[in-house]
Amino acid sequence: MLKMIEVDKVTYDYSNNEQEVIALNDITLEVKQGEFVVIIGHNGSGKSTLAKHLNALLLPTEGDVSVKGLNTKDEDKIWEIRQIAGMVFQNPDNQIVATIVEEDIAFGPENLGIKPSEIIERVSDSLKTVDMEEFRHKAPHLLSGGQKQRIAIAGVIAMRPNCIIFDEPTAMLDPSGRKEVIKTIKKLNKEEQITIIHITHFMEEAVDADRVIVMEAGDIVLEGAPREVFSQVERLKELGLDVPQVTELAHQLIQEGIDLPHDILTVDEMVMNLCQLK
Amino acid sequence: MLKDITIGQYYPTGSFIHELDPRTKILITFAYIVGLFIVSNFAAYGLVAIFVLGCILVSKIPLKYMLKGLKPLRVIIIITFVINIFMTAGTIIYSLGPLSITMEGLYQGTFMALRLMFLVVGTSLLTLTTSPIALTDGIENLLNPLKPIGIPAHELAMMMTIALRFIPTLLEETDKIMKAQMARGADFESGNIINRAKSLVPLLVPLFISAFRRADELAMAMEARCYRGGDNRTRMKQLKMEKKDFTSMLTVGVLLAILIYIRISF
Repeated sequence: MLKMIEVDKVTYDYSNNEQEVIALNDITLEVKQGEFVVIIGHNGSGKSTLAKHLNALLLPTEGDVSVKGLNTKDEDKIWEIRQIAGMVFQNPDNQIVATIVEEDIAFGPENLGIKPSEIIERVSDSLKTVDMEEFRHKAPHLLSGGQKQRIAIAGVIAMRPNCIIFDEPTAMLDPSGRKEVIKTIKKLNKEEQITIIHITHFMEEAVDADRVIVMEAGDIVLEGAPREVFSQVERLKELGLDVPQVTELAHQLIQEGIDLPHDILTVDEMVMNLCQLK
Repeated sequence: MLKDITIGQYYPTGSFIHELDPRTKILITFAYIVGLFIVSNFAAYGLVAIFVLGCILVSKIPLKYMLKGLKPLRVIIIITFVINIFMTAGTIIYSLGPLSITMEGLYQGTFMALRLMFLVVGTSLLTLTTSPIALTDGIENLLNPLKPIGIPAHELAMMMTIALRFIPTLLEETDKIMKAQMARGADFESGNIINRAKSLVPLLVPLFISAFRRADELAMAMEARCYRGGDNRTRMKQLKMEKKDFTSMLTVGVLLAILIYIRISF
């Protein structure tokens, strides 16, 4: 499979006179086309800084980041990179530009200089993908958090990116809004074959990923399929992270001497395994 | 309570005036303002009054709603009227100590007050019948030819759009901060003017900090969506002048010509 994003020995430090801060410390990472990668880590672990490197909002102090073979340090390619790798931010209010939903979705394509008739088409398509067609002419501030975030996603899809980076898109939402957004993200990955890099600190959101990356103090400390990563319950707890509730339960049951596999991630699996116990 | 403020109050009725191109409406409003300053007697005001009333009727906006727009300005209108009454030299009809009301003053005062009222009603007709977005689009479009002499048309329009977009968000936030401060015993409603102004400080500081943070994040989000100024940018909605736009402009042009004629001849 093709490489979508390559991060090669990237160090980013924003030290000033008063203190030395190394946000990313010699990070190497590859994301393949169509992959669904989740990055977890708590505040200050460098995950958002890494995200901003992936579409040239930040440039590495050392090392290189390339998107579909384009180096982010190449200033001529910066707009092409941002079109390929779209980004959705945490606060839905602070990324919506226009006063009407459709105008906001058109903002990206307008910046790319797409002709008006095609923009209208793209706006309709994007609204359909995020299931927000009936809100086309509404004002964004009247929508719920989850709906606003879906509008922000539609605004990114309208630019026809190959890859979307989600920087904690669910952190400010209520549980129902979170569900809507996660459903949309999964749909983009499955149906539109868009590469997803999802940054979060909700462990449950990582369960369905192809790969989970755990970051801590600017380093990648764990990497692998969700099952591999979450089965290391002790290690994750050491890092101050939670594991999905069911995995935690399985872990405790195992410690009590009940014969269960280490890598249970969902309630259904738990039920299956518990029912097979003698 | 802050949510009651409606800025740029758009009153959609789908009337003939609502359907006009925003550029037409902006140009007509300009011609109207110029016309108001050309008016030199009450007969000409009659003509203007007929035009404004006609426009209001066509726009299907209730007259009451229009007149409500004058309410916040009543103090200014009254002050204008009073100053003119007392400050104009001429035939004295009533004296009160050093102050005296003159015939000319009465005439001038009424004249100015009427001009102000017409000005407010006429221009608010523009914002009532044009959505803020259409208005910014129209302004950008009209200013475009001035770009070579350094008028940043696109930037101005973008600033207006973002301001309009964030007014409800910031009002909501103000409300939230206010409630949070009130929950901790802040008092915004009592005391004299100085105390009240002081009590606004704990409201404004967090509001400003948050507004700057928002601006920062918005700028980043806009960059991530490939925003790089107005060059090479296309627009989804294209403005189009139609026959009705030209006929409307022609009508107003004729009206303006008549006002100029009245001014010169009488």
